[in-house]
Amino acid sequence: MADDIKISIEEVEHIAELARIELSVKEVEKFAGELSDVLGYIEQLKEADTKGVKLVSQVTGLVNVLRDDVVNSSDEDTRNTMIDNFPDKDGEYIKVKQVM
Amino acid sequence: MKLNELNIAEACEGLRGKKFSAVELTKAYLDRIDQTDEKIKSFITVTKDLAIEQAEDADKKIKSGDVDNNPLLGIPCSVKDVINTKGVSTTAASNILKNYIPAYDATLISRLKKDGMVMLGKVNCDAFAHGASTENSDFFTSHNPWDLDRVPGGSSGGSASSVSADQCLYSIGTDTGGSIRQPASFCNLVGLKPTYGRISRYGLISMTSSTDCPSIVAKRVNDVAIVLNKIAGKDERDSTSSENKVDNYQEFLKDENIKGMKIGIPQEYFVEGLNVEIKKAVENAVAKFESLGAEIVQMSLPHTKYAVPTYYIITPSEISSNLARFDGIRFGYSAINDDSVEAKNLSEIYCKSKGKGFGSEAKRRIMLGTYALSSGYYDAYYLKAQKVRALIKKDFDEAFEKVDVIITPTAPSVAFKIGEHSKSPLEMYMEDIFLSAVSLAGLPCVSVPCGFAKPSDGKNEIPIGMQIIGKYFDEKNILRLASVYEKNTDWHNIKPEFK
Repeated sequence: MADDIKISIEEVEHIAELARIELSVKEVEKFAGELSDVLGYIEQLKEADTKGVKLVSQVTGLVNVLRDDVVNSSDEDTRNTMIDNFPDKDGEYIKVKQVM
Repeated sequence: MKLNELNIAEACEGLRGKKFSAVELTKAYLDRIDQTDEKIKSFITVTKDLAIEQAEDADKKIKSGDVDNNPLLGIPCSVKDVINTKGVSTTAASNILKNYIPAYDATLISRLKKDGMVMLGKVNCDAFAHGASTENSDFFTSHNPWDLDRVPGGSSGGSASSVSADQCLYSIGTDTGGSIRQPASFCNLVGLKPTYGRISRYGLISMTSSTDCPSIVAKRVNDVAIVLNKIAGKDERDSTSSENKVDNYQEFLKDENIKGMKIGIPQEYFVEGLNVEIKKAVENAVAKFESLGAEIVQMSLPHTKYAVPTYYIITPSEISSNLARFDGIRFGYSAINDDSVEAKNLSEIYCKSKGKGFGSEAKRRIMLGTYALSSGYYDAYYLKAQKVRALIKKDFDEAFEKVDVIITPTAPSVAFKIGEHSKSPLEMYMEDIFLSAVSLAGLPCVSVPCGFAKPSDGKNEIPIGMQIIGKYFDEKNILRLASVYEKNTDWHNIKPEFK
């Protein structure tokens, strides 16, 4: 381990809220420990000299791959399978709970 | 002749020569799955009816002589369960997608279908491909045919175990940070991770979009070359897929002259912690290449030690974004249909669907990634990791000005026991030590069998693999070198005692 990083229970709860994921009390405690360990290990990146390093956004060198903005329709079968996958629906529409 | 011990070229020849039909071949594999999968546990779904139907179609084509340039016609395979198959359950080995039926095929699947594939079923992996052993599967752990107490590797463990146990002729997996190479090395198989963008990612359940690569595992180098030829190439539906010409890989394998080929040996991959027998096996392989006329160049990839920490920032970051789509609204498990869960509003549906649907490792990575990308930490973690990634790529770019290929061990140890690393996530992440750099750089790499070692806690000798890393889109030369090695050694002919 490079450095000791301590992720608090409150921080884990905050991250879980950002990720919109519900964790049990037990999971929060477990992740506080595990995330601290992993982040402690990752701290060693600090020693890498990255002054003036240019970011590489695409390793094989592609830039701005464009296509025409055209909608292609799908067949009935594809469409129905997608609709069948909706957890909750009203006819062919996805149904969701109230936002607030 | 045992039908399930053939390689692709032999099976293809048998089919064309009418020694057996595609239905007979397929049934032989389905029977084998029936007999062995209780112990090996490769398959999540066996698509028996579909396989027979596809085999019947193949037989019709063979009968009518409609077989042009179609070596995969009627050849049974398995597919990792993170690859979408239309109408066939695709779970990513996760509870959250347990009941998911894709409405479309991944591009590589539609290409294989066009070529007459026979799909025997969908195979196990770590859930969402997060892991190195299949122990993170939400369903079960697959077993290594060389020693049933050990893992087959991962995440494409079911792909490797299915090929190794003679349950299929080849398998399509994925490799994001080593997930085809490591299981290939653990199971005495050939595993190819092509260049990033060589095979379309369309239809993969995304993990780390900037390193995900559909990959191939098979018994012979030539088999891998055959499959790669069929699935590589530009796809309009994946903007990161490459326009680069797809070589006729099989043709290149015919050239066995490697005189003057420059092979780089990076010192950072032969350090303390590397199993001595693995070190010896790879050194012997290198000596073999030297005796065949290759030139060995000792070299350095100085940023190697940063590969795993860089990978474990970039990967969880991309995962936290990619897995956000499993929110219980459009597909997969939803709290809304679960009577045991109470959710009052939309936000609670999101939180509870993910909370109940995802397993530990997916949650861990979502949390880690969300943290690394969150306000105040982005520069220190994600941005820093992206810069180090550029340095890792630069190491390789500079090395490939001096050498043609680079050889390293695939893994620092042989297949480990089920449960051995499962207590500590960090210990499992260290499995990627020789694998991540290649993935971060997006280079092609093939793992090939190069020996055996008896682990201190085991009774059997189990396989060792080495990886051959190539220049961007130079799959032809790494496969050629792998093939030359195969022709000059016998490791690939040794089979597990498992019956």
